[in-house]
Amino acid sequence: MSTVAQRSPAQIDPATDPYCPHPAIVTAVDPESPGVATFSLRFLDPAIQAEFRYRPGQFNMVGRPGVGEVPISISGAPGEGSGLRHTIRFVGRVTDTLREIQPGALVLVRGPYGSHWPVERAGGFDVVLIAGGLGLAPLRPAVKALLADRSRYGRLTLIYGARQPADLLFTTEYDAWQRQGMELLVTVDRADASWRGRVGVAPPLFRKIALDPARTVVMTCGPEIMMKFAIQEALSRGVAKSDVQVSLERNMQCAVGLCGHCQFGPLFLCTNGPVFSYDAIERFFGKEHF
Amino acid sequence: MPRPDAETSSSSMLVLPKAELGAVIRRLWDEGYTVVGPILAQGAIVIDELRTADQLPIGWTEEQERGTYRLKKRGDRAYFGFTVGPHSWKKYLFPPKLTLFTLEWGNDALAVHPSPEPVPRYAFIGVRSCDLHAIEVQDRTFLHGPYPDPHYKARRDHALIIAVNCAQAAPTCFCASMGTGPRVDRGFDLALTELADVFVAEIGSDRGRALLDGLSARIAGPDELDAARRVVEETAGQMVRKLDASDMPGLLYENLEHPRWDDVAERCLSCTNCTMVCPTCFCHATEEVPDLAGGRSERVRQWDSCFNPEFGHVAGGNSRPEIRARYRQWLTHKLASWIDQYGVSGCVGCGRCITWCPVGIDITEEVAAIRGSAEA
Repeated sequence: MSTVAQRSPAQIDPATDPYCPHPAIVTAVDPESPGVATFSLRFLDPAIQAEFRYRPGQFNMVGRPGVGEVPISISGAPGEGSGLRHTIRFVGRVTDTLREIQPGALVLVRGPYGSHWPVERAGGFDVVLIAGGLGLAPLRPAVKALLADRSRYGRLTLIYGARQPADLLFTTEYDAWQRQGMELLVTVDRADASWRGRVGVAPPLFRKIALDPARTVVMTCGPEIMMKFAIQEALSRGVAKSDVQVSLERNMQCAVGLCGHCQFGPLFLCTNGPVFSYDAIERFFGKEHF
Repeated sequence: MPRPDAETSSSSMLVLPKAELGAVIRRLWDEGYTVVGPILAQGAIVIDELRTADQLPIGWTEEQERGTYRLKKRGDRAYFGFTVGPHSWKKYLFPPKLTLFTLEWGNDALAVHPSPEPVPRYAFIGVRSCDLHAIEVQDRTFLHGPYPDPHYKARRDHALIIAVNCAQAAPTCFCASMGTGPRVDRGFDLALTELADVFVAEIGSDRGRALLDGLSARIAGPDELDAARRVVEETAGQMVRKLDASDMPGLLYENLEHPRWDDVAERCLSCTNCTMVCPTCFCHATEEVPDLAGGRSERVRQWDSCFNPEFGHVAGGNSRPEIRARYRQWLTHKLASWIDQYGVSGCVGCGRCITWCPVGIDITEEVAAIRGSAEA
């Protein structure tokens, strides 16, 4: 009979352990709006940094030692510095501790995870991006990727709504995006004295834009109620359900399809999502408390 | 010590005197296994380390009904004359609390160290058919997804399994209707059927056969094989509960607004007992536990439950703020979306959730109620 070692120690290699994060350094912190900042990061291990590849719409788990980790979409564009860029709202136990961190601070990152916006598949199509509030962060890499290859696409439109002018993200980039060939329709729920733009919710702006419904891809991210109306607008214009792409949010703790928190019916948001074709989620989308 | 003859080393059905089980347990410890099995503790038959065969609940059984569990003396010396208690083997393969890794940091340095947890080689004694199926169900979650869990794998890969065919069914059992028992059919090293003085031992692997080498095992005769077969048949015949598991995704997805969810929410305490005793529930939370001195922390995962109010917490609120939504999530996942995710039901019919529900909610009854007045 073969002999078996007594209580062998753990033989778990961090390199193959999906839970093990990698240290990264904060290289820049750019305030975006009240309570929101963009953090640029770089992995300490040059090999991990060199291998890091992601697609627009994917996310990382970002952690603070001693505090914990949270899923954060990647707001950087491939080819933009290290590419590791996260736009974060200081809203929870973990993200609150990011409020005071400065360049040079060390954080923990693992990823990228999840599905991505179908930027390649949209070639030859009109593309409408419709975002609410912080929902522009995971769409920013899609904006950059579409504009980097502008001639491949038809009309490009970004509809963007925020509660108030101060909450609008990436405002310094809007001119460049328009110059490069994307139409922007920006609106706020509540104007302030300085605001000269639109007031009102974002989804009805869909009716203002020209598009070829048979050849249009819609990508939306924001509060579920906003996305619900955005989807209705897209479908009523005749866009196919499979061409409406929706990014969902749920509690997420492992990002690798094991912890169970992000389940949405049969789907795990972390591994099957967060970006879904509307036809894949239609059955459950909008079901109260599902 | 008698030598195994050529016949016992080729036959797959042997007979082992009951007294020899102690020798098997001793041998497993000597080989470096951590042997775990049923013992009497805390007023129940639970699973814990098993040093000797004397620790088995010999002569004990239990009464189970919805919301009820009572130990009871049998009139005999049966070794395995009971069914399943509150524990399942998942507590070893998927420990309730586990340090995933540790972190250490100081000025300009941050290091990730692998899990300090020991990974014992387990020998499980007394695994019932429902629980063997439950292990297979968890294998699909932890081993066969896009990101296999190395902690589960390290424990599962070497686990040795001595299964036991149930000689009785509890009133809460419904494995027969789930196609998961009561006869042990696969996934074991040895499978025992208990007769009056002997075990009929089915060999499931070379490792299982080697365990009996040199013991006074002999080839089972036709009468013994017949008696062993009757034991399982009688158990199947005793089973009173059943769950009609046909087209569960169709039934439950089409009935997400069925009034029964409101009805069960009136009774459910959202206590999480059903998910803790369930041998397939895998949801877990991760938490970072910092050292008081600073500069060190552990990332710990522990069993979570879709009945916990924080389970659905997101920055914007809670995706399942009321009990109705949580019970619906549990049942719909267990019986319907599990099939979409893993190709099998998440329910193996062990009945633990029925016994250990403090208000006696019965999963078979809830399904029957929805099926009986389905909206589609």
